Amino acid sequence: MTQYAFYFDSTRCTGCRTCEMACKDYKDLSADIAYRKVYDYEGGGFTQFEDGTCQATSFVYHVSLGCQHCQNPACVQVCPTGAMHKDAETGLVSVNADVCVGCGYCHMACPYNVPTVDRSLGHSVKCDGCADRVAQGKRPICVESCPLRALDFGPIEDMQKKGEQANIAPLPDASYTNPCLFIKACDDARPAESRDGEVANPLEVL
Amino acid sequence: MSETAHAVTRRNFLKTTGALGALAVAGGSATAAGSLFSAAPAQAFADGEEQIVWSQCNVNCGGCCVFQWHVKDGKVLYMETDNTGEDALQARACLRGRSMRRWLNHPDRLTQPMKRVGKRGEGKFEAISWDEAIQTIADKLKYTIETYGNEAIYRTYGSGMHSVTGNPSDRLLNLLGGKLNPLYDYSTHMLQCVMTYMYGSSSNLDENGNHVTLGKPATAFSPYDAVNASSMTEAERASDLVVMFGNSPAETRMGGGNIVWDFARVREAVKGRGGRIINIDYRLNESASGHSDEWLPIRPGTDAALASAIAHEWIVNDQIDLDFLHTYCVGYDEETLPESAKGQNKSYRDYIMGTGYDMVEKTPEWAAEITAVPADTIRALASEIAAADAPFIVQGWGPQRHTNGEDATRAICMLPILIGKLGLPGTNTGQREAEPYVSLVGGLPSLAEKSHVTASIPVYQWLNAVDHGEEMTATNAGVQGVDKLPCGIKFLWEYAGNCITNQHGDINRVHDILQDESKCEFILVWDTVMTDSAKYADILLPDAMRGEQLNMYTQGYAEWYTGVTVGGPAQEAPGECRTSYDVCADIADKFGLREDFTEGRTQEEWIQYLYETGAEADGNMPTWDEIREQGVYKRELPGKIGLEDFRNDPEGHPLATPSGKIEIYSETLANIAETWDLEDGETISPIPVFTPGFQGYGSVTEEYPLYAAGFHHKSRTHSSFGFIEELEKVARQQMWINPVDAEARGIENGDRCAVKSPAGEIRIEAKVTPRIIPGTIGIPQGAWHNANMDGDRIDEGGCVNTLSTYHPTPLSKGNGNAHSMIVQVSKA
Repeated sequence: MTQYAFYFDSTRCTGCRTCEMACKDYKDLSADIAYRKVYDYEGGGFTQFEDGTCQATSFVYHVSLGCQHCQNPACVQVCPTGAMHKDAETGLVSVNADVCVGCGYCHMACPYNVPTVDRSLGHSVKCDGCADRVAQGKRPICVESCPLRALDFGPIEDMQKKGEQANIAPLPDASYTNPCLFIKACDDARPAESRDGEVANPLEVL
Repeated sequence: MSETAHAVTRRNFLKTTGALGALAVAGGSATAAGSLFSAAPAQAFADGEEQIVWSQCNVNCGGCCVFQWHVKDGKVLYMETDNTGEDALQARACLRGRSMRRWLNHPDRLTQPMKRVGKRGEGKFEAISWDEAIQTIADKLKYTIETYGNEAIYRTYGSGMHSVTGNPSDRLLNLLGGKLNPLYDYSTHMLQCVMTYMYGSSSNLDENGNHVTLGKPATAFSPYDAVNASSMTEAERASDLVVMFGNSPAETRMGGGNIVWDFARVREAVKGRGGRIINIDYRLNESASGHSDEWLPIRPGTDAALASAIAHEWIVNDQIDLDFLHTYCVGYDEETLPESAKGQNKSYRDYIMGTGYDMVEKTPEWAAEITAVPADTIRALASEIAAADAPFIVQGWGPQRHTNGEDATRAICMLPILIGKLGLPGTNTGQREAEPYVSLVGGLPSLAEKSHVTASIPVYQWLNAVDHGEEMTATNAGVQGVDKLPCGIKFLWEYAGNCITNQHGDINRVHDILQDESKCEFILVWDTVMTDSAKYADILLPDAMRGEQLNMYTQGYAEWYTGVTVGGPAQEAPGECRTSYDVCADIADKFGLREDFTEGRTQEEWIQYLYETGAEADGNMPTWDEIREQGVYKRELPGKIGLEDFRNDPEGHPLATPSGKIEIYSETLANIAETWDLEDGETISPIPVFTPGFQGYGSVTEEYPLYAAGFHHKSRTHSSFGFIEELEKVARQQMWINPVDAEARGIENGDRCAVKSPAGEIRIEAKVTPRIIPGTIGIPQGAWHNANMDGDRIDEGGCVNTLSTYHPTPLSKGNGNAHSMIVQVSKA
């Protein structure tokens, strides 16, 4: 078995959303559904002085998230039908739409806001790691789309060498689900579970 | 693997069903379009095989990124971008390019020629035949030329189409004797004009490119070359400090073969050798995302004050390069001032030290109040730049797009000049980074030699030329080529632009002026969807998109490589859409000029001809048959150092200024300042100075207590893509406002707000963020104006140009108000 994983270079990400839109194009998703999302994490502020000048401690960085294809996926654990499953060969987590009843437990259980129920289809939908492309020896469409070359995908052993397991805010502590996402942290990055900042674009990602 | 395979099968099944459903529709329209107009040669659309069709993004970010459409049964399924060759040299489309399929297939596409039946701007039209449309346009052109002359025809700025055959309009209009010519453009209006006085103008060159008085090969200024600025790759190679003023490639040049990628490599290289990036902007922009220590917040429109204070520090600390200033420049101090200015304290040094001009010493404390940058921070910045071996100082086009932009852009360029850090490895001239200097193929010739019109106006002046063109002169309106315009504009021709209202400025004023049909008598608009400008058309034509015809273009002008892409069509155009080339040929036919227009070639034949001509000249390109197979050809370009020849040999390679040197003091500008008619409060200075400018620093009032500026937003290229719902969903149209200003108004993140300026009022969602300096709001430019113009005129679309006052800048008569505005904000 080869467990696949994503790599994300937060020193390069400019929050452009190209990965998200490439995915939406390839998967033919409507405006309301996204399998990959870009979170803007902001914090800090300004000190204003009496002479009218100011200094900033503001910061911002972005985190681009598809599915983490976790080693211990919460969505799979809570799925009552077995529709949500982890592939034995690739470790990619996906939905068997023929079996899924659209109960939404996976949506509620996932700490990364990944699966969602598409009411028009009546079942859960999510990033499947572009399993069809991977089977053809290609990389996921999002990885090949990134103008900043900030995404990568491959066997977990290779991705582990490039970054640390998903450990920056606004992500949860990696110990919950053991995500297959490895991140190169930027200077601004705060540790997972930090309260220094907040997701600044909730209307775009929730 | 079995379960995954099963899921994939179901997905493919659904997709196939969708494609078959679409085939029925596409088949119907293809038959109609094919039989009526024998449109572009159809590919094998219905053979059931998925095939790749190459194309490009043709809008105006400068990128022209590469598309590989996956097409099946006549319909684009999805896109891959450039994945050819090395990862590092791939022109990867950004989020907008990735949405092009949504545009192609959008239900709002214009599909029939139409004529206006309501009032201008009301958006009421009725369908007409192509015959009627073409006859009407030809009749109006004949009438306008016979009644007023060719000077009464004007093609408004429109940059939404970059393709070798992308704008046949000029070719047609030149064949008819020409049209009123435009000067400058909306991107670099102030910079493009004023820099020629400092760095050289083509008017000082003879036909061989030699300086008219010095007789040596000389260079004129252009913002679009690799002579006057260095490439980003030069910063990557050899700089130890990159200082950016109002420059965010992550928002303005987002494509993947584009400057945003070059800049990422610059950061990694510069920081890797212990250097630093400094990003001076009123917003913590996306180019500094993740690297917030690089951000130096500044009040917008005050860059010249910051630059002047840095100059002051260098002078008092004896850090300037006096030898360079005396050898290469005019007007730093008394020693090199021209005779006409000597003995009057008119040098740049006199301005900085408070012994000339406004008699104010430009200390860091002076600048601190204006810029909101603390004096100690200014001192540290001055010291850091002075200590760098190879500072790469680079400005975007934001600082110049202010009402004082003509001074701001020069003031920033003073920094490398003062320390002699230009023309050397790793340095830059203070200009925006260089553009690639190799274009592999040319475009459809515009036949400019057929025009007999000499008159030109600054592009931003077209609205004044509609309103009172006959009053506009060289000295009151920046008219060139003639002393005075012979008449106003009577025929507006807009192709692939949205610059009548949305991207022009002061939309309410435009609306009022265009209501009077005795002024502009006829408006032709040609587009793919109903833009706000299209609502003002008298005749509105539906254009085929480039994905619906054979397309060819080079690498665009914003990436550091050279390339060419050829391919298409990927789909049939919907309804009665036609190519602009074919329509222009039909209009030419009404004048008996079809052969002159086409030279016997179809558009496809022109593209092959232009490719083969380019390939022969280049010597390295694939054959026509090969490029049709492979779609894209590209190669890296070596880096460039701006003004390197001038630096190495200033006498052998002078600049095309009157003196052949960098004119810090321009005698030509001093003469203009004396002879032009300027409004109260307007100044033109021979040296770069800080002036607040109209609606600039110090102009806020109780009624309008906040400054406002526009900025480029990831969801649009100007107004292109502004109607794509999927983009709006992932990158919302939001006003940036600091928590300090938001709290004072009871505004929270996501609140719908009213923004009111002296020119108009919009509604927009708030993004309450510490990423913008207090006292200023930022509004993403390009959102689509959406107001009841017969009612309250409140723009629900949040277009920044509802707020910008039409007040052309003193020298170039440009669109400085795009970033110089004053407003009040409240919860709506």
